Amino acid sequence: MLTGLDDNHIIQKVLGGDTQSYATLVDRYQNYVFTLALRMVKNREDAEEVAQDVFIKAFRALADFRGNSKFSTWLYTIVNNTSITYLRKKRLQTHSLEQESVFAQVDARESTLSANQVEQKSRVAAVSRAIGLLSPDDAEVLTLFYKAEQSLEEIGSILGIEPNAAKVRLHRARGRLKEKLETHFAEEIKNLN
Amino acid sequence: MNRESMESRIWDYLDGRSNPSERLQVEDLLKTDIAWRSLYDELREVHDAIAATHLEGPSLRFTRNVMEEIGRLQIAPATRNYINKRVVWGIGLFFILLVLGFLIYGFGQMDWSGGKGSSFAENLGKVDVSRFFSNTWVNAFMMVNVVLGLVLLDHYLRGKSEVGRRKTTR
Repeated sequence: MLTGLDDNHIIQKVLGGDTQSYATLVDRYQNYVFTLALRMVKNREDAEEVAQDVFIKAFRALADFRGNSKFSTWLYTIVNNTSITYLRKKRLQTHSLEQESVFAQVDARESTLSANQVEQKSRVAAVSRAIGLLSPDDAEVLTLFYKAEQSLEEIGSILGIEPNAAKVRLHRARGRLKEKLETHFAEEIKNLN
Repeated sequence: MNRESMESRIWDYLDGRSNPSERLQVEDLLKTDIAWRSLYDELREVHDAIAATHLEGPSLRFTRNVMEEIGRLQIAPATRNYINKRVVWGIGLFFILLVLGFLIYGFGQMDWSGGKGSSFAENLGKVDVSRFFSNTWVNAFMMVNVVLGLVLLDHYLRGKSEVGRRKTTR
């Protein structure tokens, strides 16, 4: 079992020819990678495809991982680039996602998710759905900070921006999430207070 | 203090990024100022709500699918191993020599004897660059050269500042 080993140790084993050890890294990070991809591409099927692509790209480029940063930070950089490429291919550029028409698409998708009444009542689900309504940039920075446990310096490195710019982006994303919660999920939030 | 500034300080406090004195100041404001306390409660609620969200999971076959794909692939050799550093340095040297050549040519045409009419500004006007820069392609080439140089300089300085920041945070 490799579950107790740190990432760098596992990477050395994979680079040494023990390809199967890579499964430990996939198991360890699949939820993080999938969630990040989902926050950006807004669709489970697409997110799974992106996540799979990310792990394959990471495997192919593993020899280039120098260990200067955490493996997770390096991996999330690949998630960011792959998701952006995927969105471009689908003509859903990050900026255009802020347009009303795309919000309508997202809303439509969200309404299909609302079948689960129990989940709909939950505050956590309401927040997750509100995050789903944010632009990919906002959703990504929130996920990286809160769920992927990346510092602002690491987020800056992943997104190719300065830590201060990452901080501003995070503040704005939280502000916009607050607006979404108040606009679309006021009832859910109020009921559970 | 405006709301934006208050929010920024409270977020820093919530994220644990305030320095000790700033932390004490914010704590003091939260105890004494109702506006601060009210905003803090609002932001704290958002902060806790995001932190409480769950990670999503892919399909159960995900790892198996990835490993099957990987079984058909090989790890690519490290980029640093197949990019010959001598080639990179050679290209860099070519551009440096090119720029130096132009500079030497320009300075060579100056009158260095001193006295009236030989100031640097006046000499600069005498440099005959028309022989080289009469062609659009040469002009464009030199422009690209200068832009590339600036990009490399920017990259180098960013690298240095990154190293400096890491040293200070350790």
